Amino acid sequence: MAEASTRRSRRRPVLDNELLEDFLHAPVAVLAAVITLGFFLAALFAPWVAPHDPFDLAAVNLLDALLPPAWLEGGDGRFPLGTDDQGRDVLSTIIYGARISLGVGVASVLLAIAIGVPLGLVAGYAGGRVDAVIMRIADVQLSFPAILIALLIDGVARGLLPRELHDELAIYVLIFAIGVSGWVQYARTVRGSTLVERRKEYVQAARLIGVSAPAIMLRHILPNVLGPVLVIATIHLALAIITEATLSFLGVGVPPTQPSLGTLIRIGNDYLFSGEWWITIFPGAALAILVLAVNLLGDWLRDALNPRLR
Amino acid sequence: MGAPDPPAFVRLEGVSCAFDVSPPWLERLLQGGRRQWLRAVEEVSLAIPRGTTFALVGESGCGKTTVARIATGLQRPTRGRVEIGGIDIHARRPRGAGPRVQMIFQDPYASLNPRWKVADIVAEPLRARGAPKGRRARRERVAELLRLVGLAPEDMDRYPHQFSGGQRQRISIARALAGEPEFLVCDEPTSALDVSVQAQILNLMKDLQRRLNLTYLFISHDLAVVRFMADQVGVMYLGRLVEVGPAERLFAAPRHPYTRLLLAAVPDVAAVGRLRAPLAGEVPSPIDPPSGCAFHPRCPLADARCRRERPELRPASGGVRVACHAVAEGRDDMDRPLLEAGPAPRALDRSS
Repeated sequence: MAEASTRRSRRRPVLDNELLEDFLHAPVAVLAAVITLGFFLAALFAPWVAPHDPFDLAAVNLLDALLPPAWLEGGDGRFPLGTDDQGRDVLSTIIYGARISLGVGVASVLLAIAIGVPLGLVAGYAGGRVDAVIMRIADVQLSFPAILIALLIDGVARGLLPRELHDELAIYVLIFAIGVSGWVQYARTVRGSTLVERRKEYVQAARLIGVSAPAIMLRHILPNVLGPVLVIATIHLALAIITEATLSFLGVGVPPTQPSLGTLIRIGNDYLFSGEWWITIFPGAALAILVLAVNLLGDWLRDALNPRLR
Repeated sequence: MGAPDPPAFVRLEGVSCAFDVSPPWLERLLQGGRRQWLRAVEEVSLAIPRGTTFALVGESGCGKTTVARIATGLQRPTRGRVEIGGIDIHARRPRGAGPRVQMIFQDPYASLNPRWKVADIVAEPLRARGAPKGRRARRERVAELLRLVGLAPEDMDRYPHQFSGGQRQRISIARALAGEPEFLVCDEPTSALDVSVQAQILNLMKDLQRRLNLTYLFISHDLAVVRFMADQVGVMYLGRLVEVGPAERLFAAPRHPYTRLLLAAVPDVAAVGRLRAPLAGEVPSPIDPPSGCAFHPRCPLADARCRRERPELRPASGGVRVACHAVAEGRDDMDRPLLEAGPAPRALDRSS
């Protein structure tokens, strides 16, 4: 063998050491990841992390209502970020709210991926009429703002479901609404990458070998188009959280019994001009920081996985 | 005329392939454009006896690769048929029932899935055929195949990017062999490799052909490679075969003006500094090919008949078939070069 074995370690598996190294050299990305992770952990372990259980009616005392943050005059050390009109600890409601926001966000992103990626793969691989039908549906949906589609789905669900059932299912309706309004981006990206991959010679080789079309899509093409999906999913997560907050702020999202960050902002908004700013400002700041962190993480991931920017 | 042809194992009969390159119908409707067809391949017929190599040569864009894809069944011809071992490969049949055809591709970087280990890549045809059964047996077979193409069995747990271009091409060959092919189509398998590595791969392919009695359709634009590999050569120009014949004959005495100019343009180590006669002009567009003989705009022997009437492939001397009016009419003076080569430019003339 005259050919020397070249062991250049170019990045191949989606996540590997080189990506990790890049990551550790990007302070912004590390900070964003730490904040995001903090939110996720706090949301996951809310009952242990939060100083109070804001939904335990026995523990809530109306006498504690509308206390300012602890460091202001009249503040109470038990409530570091103050309390709302019902005497609930604002910090605890934020932690529980982040739980709802992140849960809805992650679930709707997963739903969008589950719809968009297979449709994109099929459209790109099959081409022709199948492709045309799927992509025209995508185009039509894309001509409406995502929030409008989510509102529409929510409205239909409200009309169809009896009131008490709707409150119970509100979160699932919300996940469905946000997920369905977001699949198009995945389908488009995956279709584009599939068109590129399909022409590559390893796919031709697989066809010659006699591998079936679904197997080629699943085993050959899918792993090679997941990079962009990861990037979109991260950025979409931030968008989904914002959409959920917007819907909840408008009062069509989660019911007030399970307030998300958006609901908290809406409720607090009523008190903004009577001087109790902390009820709305702190959930708002939490939402902004969370979304910013997730977005920064997505931006970094996009740059890191884009070979042209290296 | 000479010995009877050996029975063909692979046969292409009147194969044509046109691609629709018209603008979308809405645009045609609004701007009045015409439907346009790119005639990539026109009426190509060839026969390859078992265990031999047929090489297709020609400039880029002359339809070589399309012929290769049709011969494997990856591309359906617009007209004509392809038979391998007497079976029409484009006819409907159950999966896996057809003749075993494999292909070796040009780009050793795109032809292997970057996320698969070598063991999985080479084992894919084994899994698809369901033999041998079992992971262990498959790994043994993969090791055997890797040894056969000159790689180490330990290489099977590495990823393609850990190999050089030549090694990747060996992996490609191992994968093709795993399908136990009777017919192997090689689309410029060495054009992306260094010259020294090229020779290794070509020797490997010749060696495998001898040992496994493989039949090759070998696509190349490199005449030196073709001369080394081929038993028969077909020269393609703009989708048509213009000259077909036994390799040694065709290289010793090319008849078609295109073949002659192509061979005259090959750099010759023995005559460095000689100004080679350049092949003038560009390949015309296959969407709107020239009338008559497609080569006439670039041909020094072209006359009015060439511009009007398309020549058919006709037997010439020595088992070679040529599609050229000038050859048929005896207008080609084989003793004179088609184009006068000028004197060597002074800058290259080291002796003075």
